[in-house]
Amino acid sequence: MRSSTGVRPAAVTARGWGWRHAGRPRPAVSGLELDIRPGERVLLLGPSGAGKSTLLHALAGVLGDGAAGASGPAGDSEDSDETGSLLIDGAPPRAHRGRAGLVQQDPETQVVLSRLGDDVAFGAENLAVPAAEIWPRVREALDDVGLGRLPLDHPTSALSGGQKQRLALAGILAMRPGLLLLDEPTANLDPAGVLEVRDAVGRCLDKTGATLVVVEHRVGVWKDLVDRIVVLQPGSATDSAVLIDGPPDRVLAEARDMLIGAGVWVPGYVPATRLRLPARDAGQLLLAADGLAVSRERPRRAGLRDGFRTIAPRPVQSGVSVQVHAGEALTITGPNGAGKSTLALTLAGLLRPVAGTVSAAPKLSGDAGTDPYRWKAQQLIARIGTVFQEPEHQFVTGKVLDELMFGPRHLGYGADRVDELLERLRLSELVEANPYTLSGGEKRRLSVATVLAAHPQVLVLDEPTFGQDANTWAELASFLSELLDAGTAVVSVTHDAEFSAVLGGTELRLRPRETAAADAPGPDLELPEGASP
Amino acid sequence: MRDALSLRGNHALLTRANPLAKFTAVTLITLVLALSIDWVSASVALAFELLLLPLAGLTLALLWQRGWPLILAAALGGWSTAILAPDAGSVLLDAGIWSISAGSLQLGIGFMLRGLAIALPAVLLMSCTDPTDLADALAQNAKLPHRFVLGTLAAMRLVGIMAEQWQTIGMARRARGVGSSGNPYQRFRAALGQSFGLLVQAIRSASRLAVTMEARGFGGAARTWARPSTYSGLDVWVLLGGLGIAAAAVAAALGSGTWNLVFLARQ
Repeated sequence: MRSSTGVRPAAVTARGWGWRHAGRPRPAVSGLELDIRPGERVLLLGPSGAGKSTLLHALAGVLGDGAAGASGPAGDSEDSDETGSLLIDGAPPRAHRGRAGLVQQDPETQVVLSRLGDDVAFGAENLAVPAAEIWPRVREALDDVGLGRLPLDHPTSALSGGQKQRLALAGILAMRPGLLLLDEPTANLDPAGVLEVRDAVGRCLDKTGATLVVVEHRVGVWKDLVDRIVVLQPGSATDSAVLIDGPPDRVLAEARDMLIGAGVWVPGYVPATRLRLPARDAGQLLLAADGLAVSRERPRRAGLRDGFRTIAPRPVQSGVSVQVHAGEALTITGPNGAGKSTLALTLAGLLRPVAGTVSAAPKLSGDAGTDPYRWKAQQLIARIGTVFQEPEHQFVTGKVLDELMFGPRHLGYGADRVDELLERLRLSELVEANPYTLSGGEKRRLSVATVLAAHPQVLVLDEPTFGQDANTWAELASFLSELLDAGTAVVSVTHDAEFSAVLGGTELRLRPRETAAADAPGPDLELPEGASP
Repeated sequence: MRDALSLRGNHALLTRANPLAKFTAVTLITLVLALSIDWVSASVALAFELLLLPLAGLTLALLWQRGWPLILAAALGGWSTAILAPDAGSVLLDAGIWSISAGSLQLGIGFMLRGLAIALPAVLLMSCTDPTDLADALAQNAKLPHRFVLGTLAAMRLVGIMAEQWQTIGMARRARGVGSSGNPYQRFRAALGQSFGLLVQAIRSASRLAVTMEARGFGGAARTWARPSTYSGLDVWVLLGGLGIAAAAVAAALGSGTWNLVFLARQ
């Protein structure tokens, strides 16, 4: 017990524990034998479907009441099925509320209340901590996660993704749990956000001595913070649920190949990808932006006093001039809030520019006009394809095959391209499945395939590699490199330097929002080949 | 959406009053006005309410910005009453089946003023009351079940997120070739699909939020409150103010002989 903060680290014991979600034929976890000592820090690895999230939810005491989490279906507790025992300090997780604290993946739904201090106090209030004791706990927790400088009434909606995850951690810390459970807490964050959260977790553990169980694909981030790695495998009747268990260095040495095979991001390993062909002549111009200012907000009408004129929204980024050429990659980078996605969506003809123009060159526009924003939806998809960060936002049918055929059918194309994409992106086995039930990697591959099925000459991708395992990453990068060599232009918003290295081409680095105000000069263009000054 | 619900920057006097006291005062005024359709009680109440705007940190421009749907509805209600109410007195305008007489015009104006006088306190209340503080007061002072009150409060935060998601899903669907153009039937189908997409996302968000809340111990029987919701001297004034406006409205109407109970309305 290293703690001097009133935290008593928790112990976890699983004896032949198993769980089957309602409506699923096979258990998510079965025959789990595991002991975690108080204060131990465990990284949980394994292929998708190994039941990592299920285990965390069970330990948090939130399993089986209609909200099984991101990967599990919402189900009836009557139909789900538990075997064996899973105990925290010798009692079922539900028996002592607040003994374990859970941080999940999606920052947006980790926030409960609209003011910073209130949100941190929420957990402590629910545990009936005396009111006088709550505010000191709130301030301490905010200090511990590095948010102590913000006022207690700071609006939680104004926080970045990394800050929201640290806020969630503070909310948990104010409950003084003996067991911290982190379910891919950094999967949706940019590299700076990942380190922010990781370091905050490290500081808090050093201070409280609490037990940690974290699920993450990116081993490199957590390797030095944990003292044990447990690799799970999908449940079966004969095999143990724990595949390998031991200190990080030993597990990574012994199981390296197996982990790489399972798509885990093992430190020091970059998946092999297809190399791009040697550069040829510059591709033809497809799309040009000139003096572009972008915002997600729409123009609004002023009141009577101002004569009902149109008021333009304040742009998040302005003065952007850039060109997109056939067979060339353009990578948009920059800090959070710099308007990277907004710029990409404007280039893609989905948002109206606040100022400046986006114009399609004749090779791209064909018989349509030059302004992509004015194109009809079907004209647009045959020219510029956009893959959103969240694949689910783009699903429009209930079956994988229909999803792929949707674009071609409306454009009057045949199914040749669809068959090719099914094959190439390994979706052939899934044609009858419902898109919403696919795994994260499958959803990503499907969303790329559906957009490409309409034969666009320009492909725009918003953070395509966020939260993806190493296998999906490599497939995606190789596939895009092939597309580029075949003459498609690829515009991607990404924080992933290795991904942009595979694609090559030009990087457009946006400045932070503050300095991108009206009269500031435009963004820096690096490697200016193929881009206008 | 989120900005409209935020009170940041508003330091007006009434923001410091207990939400439940404000709520009670508003209820008093609304109840009295709901009793009678006459223009005297409504205009007296309306005049007092307009005088209170600065105390809630509101200006006429802000009032229009936040309350225009209610104000338009009141005006429309008054207009249709003036047209449709049975004629009494001299006829001022006759256009076939529609006619406006002195009597129906009076009724229409009364109706409109009453609508405004009832809508205004609600706008006033929401402009100077933080939703979190209102929830605290409803749970602690009015003793409503805290699971219900806090669940509603947390869900309200998701409404702002849904507004953003609606826009994102609209763009994401356009990028799939589902346009919001074409004939009305096609537009309707596109909007239906977009709503379905939003519904799926809303359910996902709600179930994740529910897990977040439950993982933070929400749902237990005992609970403490980090923000005690208390009353102060100001709240006495708020209640007296509400009572005063209601009483003045009734007294003026009785005095001028226009008091006209809805359930005894003369034909």
